[in-house]
Amino acid sequence: MTRRAGVSDEVLLRLDGVVKHFPVGHGLFGGRDADAVHAVDGVSLEVHRGETLGLVGETGSGKSTLARCATRLHTLTAGRVVFDGHDISTLSRSELRPYRRQLQMVFQDPYGSLNPHRRVGSIIGDPLAVHGVAAGGPRRRRVQELMELVGLNPEHYNRFPAEFSGGQRQRVGVARALALRPRLIVCDEPVSALDVSIRAQILNLLADLQRELDLTYLFISHDLSVVRQVSDRVAVMYLGKLAEVAPAAELYSRPRHPYVAALLSAVPVADPDLADRRERIILAGDPPSPIHPPAGCRFHPRCPKARPRCLEVEPPLVPRAGDGAAHPTACHFPVEPGENLAREAGSAA
Amino acid sequence: MTVTAPGQAAADAAAARPGAVQGRGPWQLAWERLRRDPVAVASAVTLVVIAVAAVAAPVVAHAVGHGPDDQYSDIGLTPAGLPVGPSRTFLLGTDNLGRDLLVRILYGARISLLVGVLATLLATVAGVVVGLAAGYLGGVVDVVLARFMDMVLSFPYLLLAIALVSVFGSSLTISMLVIAFFSWAAIGRVVRGQALSIREKEYVEASWSVGSGALRVMFVDILPNLLAPVLVLATLLVPAAIVFEATLSFLGLGVPPPTPTWGGMLSDSLAFYQVAWWFPLFPGLALLATTLAFNLLGDSVRDALDPTAGRVTEGGGG
Repeated sequence: MTRRAGVSDEVLLRLDGVVKHFPVGHGLFGGRDADAVHAVDGVSLEVHRGETLGLVGETGSGKSTLARCATRLHTLTAGRVVFDGHDISTLSRSELRPYRRQLQMVFQDPYGSLNPHRRVGSIIGDPLAVHGVAAGGPRRRRVQELMELVGLNPEHYNRFPAEFSGGQRQRVGVARALALRPRLIVCDEPVSALDVSIRAQILNLLADLQRELDLTYLFISHDLSVVRQVSDRVAVMYLGKLAEVAPAAELYSRPRHPYVAALLSAVPVADPDLADRRERIILAGDPPSPIHPPAGCRFHPRCPKARPRCLEVEPPLVPRAGDGAAHPTACHFPVEPGENLAREAGSAA
Repeated sequence: MTVTAPGQAAADAAAARPGAVQGRGPWQLAWERLRRDPVAVASAVTLVVIAVAAVAAPVVAHAVGHGPDDQYSDIGLTPAGLPVGPSRTFLLGTDNLGRDLLVRILYGARISLLVGVLATLLATVAGVVVGLAAGYLGGVVDVVLARFMDMVLSFPYLLLAIALVSVFGSSLTISMLVIAFFSWAAIGRVVRGQALSIREKEYVEASWSVGSGALRVMFVDILPNLLAPVLVLATLLVPAAIVFEATLSFLGLGVPPPTPTWGGMLSDSLAFYQVAWWFPLFPGLALLATTLAFNLLGDSVRDALDPTAGRVTEGGGG
């Protein structure tokens, strides 16, 4: 496979069996017996220096929770987060502070992620103030450089977030994340709240910044076409677990997991002739509740290929044999080239 | 952009001058709305007049030649020993001891404003600190503090005030502390609720993600978002505190005589209202004007800070 220039083999961020459960309700005695939402249930993933790793999944698959575990905004229920060789999974907020300089986050909601009562200059300068990097005039100059870098007018330093459009606000969020010159930026659906016409601008900005500043991205989205556009590798999440991890081109051309194949068949195609010829795989039912996830393979209740083994044994995320691509796939019976899932789904229904 | 609206042109011209771009924040916008609200302006003017009169009380006393505690048993009382009505000597009449009512009302304003403002300040600071701690820290701290606030709010406050004053004796300080003690919880509860909801906002998460500590999150990220409701509550708390003080004085639990207080004057006038209408009327009017002005101002401040809620202050505005 061809690798984009600037991507290395060095692992910058490693997630190792990350688990995050949110208790719901309370057990009678301290919540010990209470149910929990299994938001992230054992995810292992490596992000290489210089790459963009796309993380896709539908709403409720746990991708944003995983992002907050990776940046340690959440405490983990189990598992490890290793950043640049340092285990940061159990560090306290103050112990995490030095790592925050290298590990930043861009948030989904450009409206909710900027404090409406503070001027954007002070918001972007926040990381500099917290880490004591610069103060007074130098901080102001640095903030204005950042504003220019992300395509904002530095003279708008004293404006309030309400005076900016959604796209401009997201640029403010990007500038804040860049202020400390981080190495890894976790982008949690950075464009999903924006107009389609603005999306490309922000995506291009992120790509330009990656090239100029040698950044690594963990890019989270529910939009398959956005992820395809920006990612070197793509990981697909389903109900708190990874279904498949593959180089972007390979995943989009030769998916192995039935869920991924179904997702890709649902992506709109611009060519109407091609769209007519293509068969969509219609999945039955809704995703199961993350409070009581199904036993065995979590996808089995909706999978057109489900067999008895899928109900009992959970498939590990490992490279699969067969005629298809050999990237890690969490499926006992991965999709083979030429296989028609749409017909199987149709006959099952 | 091909077509430039005149407003846009002006904005562009402003943007072209370096350093001229100055965002108008929520506070500036509220201030401008407040300045255009006639009720707010009238209330503010009334309060300024009352405050100036209170400050200038000794000047007035000097001008009319009557001290606040001077008893004029010869010219200030009728031969039967009753108060005399408004006249050139006593502009608003006299009280039951032959003292100048005007001078006493002005001196009474000092007590009312002092207690009203100081007790409110005290209550606001306490309410913000406790509410912020409860809402932000959560857990056991929240349970303890929130229950404590509920307890304070559910006290039969007048009974407790009577008990407290009878234990500690009546004085200006005690009045102020008693009023503040029964007022802070109202602010604390609102602050706690707001802090609980703001704590979950994404910008607070963003602040954690850049490495902010707990104090920074509390006072830089959360507190500015609380100031608007706190300001409104505090403005409305002042008249409540003034009435509370008047009530304590009326019951003889406030600042002890002979210091003139509006509540004390109203109390003294009870036996005389049938023969001396001016005696209860003027202190009552002073109390009414002050509390009404504060209440109207508080309403206007609330409208100015949140123009989407409540009444419309500009006729027909869209």
